[in-house]
Amino acid sequence: MFVSESWLREFVKLDIDRETLLHQLTMAGLEVDGTEPAAADFSNVVVGEVVGLSQHPDADRLRVCEVSVGEPDLLQIVCGAPNVEPGMKVPTACVGAVLPGNFKIKSAKLRGVQSSGMLCSQKELGLAESSEGLMSLPASAVAGTNIREYLELDDEIIEVDLTPNRADCLSMEGVAREVAVINQIEWQPAETKANAVEHDRQLPLYIRSPEACPRYLGRLITGIDPAAETPIWMQERLRRSGFRSLGPLVDVTNYVLMEMGQPLHAFDADKIDHGIVVRFAKQGEKILLLNDEEVELVADTLVIADKSRALALAGIMGGRESAVCDQTRNIFLECAFFSPAIIMGKARQYGLHTNSSHRFERGVDPELQMRAIERASELIVSIAGGQCGPVSESSNYAYVPNRPVIRLRPSRVEKILGVSVDRREMSSILERLGMSVSVLDEETWEVQAPSFRFDIAIEADLIEEIGRVIGYDNIPLNDISMHSVLAKSSEARVASDLLKETLVGRGYREVITYSFVDPDRLKQVDPGNEPIVLKNPISSDLAVMRTSLWCGLLETAERNLNRQQSRIRIFESGLKFLKTADGIEQKKYLAGLVLGTVSDDQWGEKARSVDFFDAKGDVEALLQFTGRPFQFVAKQHPALHPGQAAEVLESNGEHVGWIGVLHPELERKLGFNSHVVLYELDEEILCKGSISKFNPISKFPHVRRDLAVSIGEEIPSASIVESIRREDKGLVTDVKIFDVYRGPGVESGRKSIAMSLVFQDSSRTLQDFEIDSLVSRILTKLETKFDAKLRD
Amino acid sequence: MIASLDEILVSAAQKLAEAANLKELDNVRVQYLGKKGVFTDRMKGLGSLAPEQRPVAGQQINNAKNRFQSLLNDRREGFQNAELAARLTAETIDVTLPGRGQNNGSLHPVTLTLARIRYIFASAGFEAVEGPEIEDDYHNFEALNIPEKHPARAMHDTFYFDAHTLLRTHTSPVQIRVMESSTPPLRIIAPGRVYRCDSDLTHTPMFHQVEGFLVDQNVSFADLKGVLFQFLTSFFEKEMAVRFRPSYFPFTEPSAEVDIECVMCSGAGCRVCSHTGWLEVLGCGMIHPEVFRSVNIDEDRYSGFAFGMGVERLAMLRYEINDLRLFFENDLKFLQQFG
Repeated sequence: MFVSESWLREFVKLDIDRETLLHQLTMAGLEVDGTEPAAADFSNVVVGEVVGLSQHPDADRLRVCEVSVGEPDLLQIVCGAPNVEPGMKVPTACVGAVLPGNFKIKSAKLRGVQSSGMLCSQKELGLAESSEGLMSLPASAVAGTNIREYLELDDEIIEVDLTPNRADCLSMEGVAREVAVINQIEWQPAETKANAVEHDRQLPLYIRSPEACPRYLGRLITGIDPAAETPIWMQERLRRSGFRSLGPLVDVTNYVLMEMGQPLHAFDADKIDHGIVVRFAKQGEKILLLNDEEVELVADTLVIADKSRALALAGIMGGRESAVCDQTRNIFLECAFFSPAIIMGKARQYGLHTNSSHRFERGVDPELQMRAIERASELIVSIAGGQCGPVSESSNYAYVPNRPVIRLRPSRVEKILGVSVDRREMSSILERLGMSVSVLDEETWEVQAPSFRFDIAIEADLIEEIGRVIGYDNIPLNDISMHSVLAKSSEARVASDLLKETLVGRGYREVITYSFVDPDRLKQVDPGNEPIVLKNPISSDLAVMRTSLWCGLLETAERNLNRQQSRIRIFESGLKFLKTADGIEQKKYLAGLVLGTVSDDQWGEKARSVDFFDAKGDVEALLQFTGRPFQFVAKQHPALHPGQAAEVLESNGEHVGWIGVLHPELERKLGFNSHVVLYELDEEILCKGSISKFNPISKFPHVRRDLAVSIGEEIPSASIVESIRREDKGLVTDVKIFDVYRGPGVESGRKSIAMSLVFQDSSRTLQDFEIDSLVSRILTKLETKFDAKLRD
Repeated sequence: MIASLDEILVSAAQKLAEAANLKELDNVRVQYLGKKGVFTDRMKGLGSLAPEQRPVAGQQINNAKNRFQSLLNDRREGFQNAELAARLTAETIDVTLPGRGQNNGSLHPVTLTLARIRYIFASAGFEAVEGPEIEDDYHNFEALNIPEKHPARAMHDTFYFDAHTLLRTHTSPVQIRVMESSTPPLRIIAPGRVYRCDSDLTHTPMFHQVEGFLVDQNVSFADLKGVLFQFLTSFFEKEMAVRFRPSYFPFTEPSAEVDIECVMCSGAGCRVCSHTGWLEVLGCGMIHPEVFRSVNIDEDRYSGFAFGMGVERLAMLRYEINDLRLFFENDLKFLQQFG
């Protein structure tokens, strides 16, 4: 909300400077977002009176004005504005004036005629975004008066960011009330009087839903001058409050809304059929709104109607057909209280947000309506003339919200705030805030908030109010007591941080990508899973929840390739989202992508592109923390190269993840020009470790034997190693593959696997003959099982 | 004429000096000390002397032999030193050439910031807990005292899947989930991704928050102030002004927003703090009685505070990052500047 400082100071006589005021507002919970001068800088502009006017001899559109600026000599000013006329009072920039935008006014000849100054529009003074013609000042303005003083432009507009609970501050009076409480001084509400009733015409009121509209006041004002204009002072205040001037009738309702916080609506009385009906909309009923949009209504929407049709969305926006216009002579002024619950969310439901709905859904003071309608009537009559009829009222007090009586325990206030508060201070604060306080006993007070404080309903609300007025600054900083239990720490759990740091140590950079992804991209990467679809995505390429982390990694890789990176090692840890039979599964995965060379260019080493096994090494490093063996089983995945993909499994077959080279088709489609290796692992499984357990170290020497066997291409080397391990009787402590060879000496269709076997016993030195016989048993077994042949 | 020992030594020294390398030196050694060497011959010749002459003559030969040996050793050491020097010269490398192997990668700045937050709170006994990102309306709103149609919902531009399922708009639902399943005392922080349907210069549809809360007997707003003050000065490693100002969150009461003295200009006013000298970094408050009621915690027996902070915001201030969107573009040139 925009608050004009000078307007505010009319309600409450403050002897504090601006900076203090701004600080007070912020520290009271009315956060000041910023301030802005009410007018841009300009100087030497005064009220001028056009006393003579003649046509410019050489230009059809220009006229030569004689302007009085309160001095004996008249100024001759050439002016092109169509609305200039004799007797007009207009802001006049004298020679030497500087207008906003550092526009300097000099004496000059315009088409041969001397011009000593400029007559100004609102736009030229920085008072409006646009304007038609000169700014016309009231006849009462005295020529020669400095325009800044005349319009009180040395004012600051304070932008206050109000939280949704503080509806009571959505007006000048509300802010003034708050400032008065803080400074412990009085404030003066706008003066209102009962307007003289000059005719007895009334519209009948039919309140069909009093629970939604507990109070409805209305009044006919007849014989309004349609040519009336909004006075400058009101235009200025509205402008500083963020409103455009739209003619006196609308301006007055906006002015009272701003002044008191009560939304009003002026209907053209001649367009109302018979009377006013407040009812819920008929399903599908249509209404053309003031913003020229036609909406189809839902039955839970409260409308203001007449006998034949809906006229307005109650508390939100008026209708076009019943709106006041340039010809309106008779109006029906509406001033109502609508239940917040009925208005809440309605405007949003129709894609609207208005000053009226903003206030009604947060709560307008239900005791304000009579004051507000009298105030608005008075302003309308004084500006546009007209005769007031009596105020019609239909109030059903059974539905007017009552502020509850709240039990307050003063000791609880101190306990929650953590500061001792003098009891008298406590009750003084509450009373200054307009609450009634009755002390039942020392520990039990009964407090009732004023009608405008919709946010005060329970004890905690009162505690907050007391804390707020004392000032959060005056609550001490406590050290919390440390009677805590020591953290439960499981050593068997592998920390997620350790996994990440392991990858960082292996040259990876961590990325964080959006959890929602492009559905088309996801379909390419993970066609097997139907993703969960957002109902209101931010854009079509962020429309579904990821079922694979590879989407984000691939996109990140592409983006970086386009930014001249050629070597990429990235990982991400995060949830992926899968539809399951019983709902949604959200599980954390750790995924990586590598492409380009194994390491940065290094002198003295030949550059080599990454392949499956480089990434597999990284995956194995992660798996190692668990202390368990895992299997890599060749298996096809739609996103991966059919011959270079593996499913990672626990030894019991439980799925852990995938690793593989991006399918060449996808590699081409996505525009990569080198192999991309990807993996994705269930992070929960990676984190499930165990506590290390010591095994005694053998004191006896170990013996190493190297073996090379040739086997069929189709036989996984892991099964050979596995088979040897099984045969060992506890004597084979290590089996390592150190070479794989194909070529001369090995039949085609076969490969040679060279392994080193390490033998050791924990209780004695092994003899050569024992090892020989063990090796030969192993060879026999490999031969029978895999047709493995020993190579010499 | 048999040469005298002195003459032998002179000639031997000559030969040692003439030897060009260790091999030639060894030839000289054999010539004098070998089985048929000069000194060996002389020793054999002792037998032809009268027995009483033998000890003196033997002594003389031995002296000469030792003298030779010492000259030989010096000479050999000279050769060895030269050889070592030559080897060292040949083996000298350019130590300024880069080392080999994999360079370190880096953690994302959000992760670094989260780790720091977790570490600081862990020292006060706060345990980190994570929650689901696809949430239900109840945990994200209802249980946090934000009923349907509440104006506060407009502050959360929510991504929906259906009427009841959404992407969490804050990490506060973790508060509910923890309190539903455990009993006080509780000291928890809940880091994670959150989502709002908003995207412009200063908003990304996904970002990170850390929720924290403490529930125990006799917890007060003063405790909250103390904890957050300590956290902020510890996080920024700086004594600085911190202010708590009243605000509104449906799930806390009293509620506050926390501003710190601008870390860029130390409160003097700059572009980063919109010339106010203050930066808003946290929202917090005492847990609302309605929230306790929805998780069946006795609000008279227990009280608690909760706070929430934007991780990117803290990371931006800490690392002087000037554009929120950089966090999710994952440009390697951005990422490599951290960790």
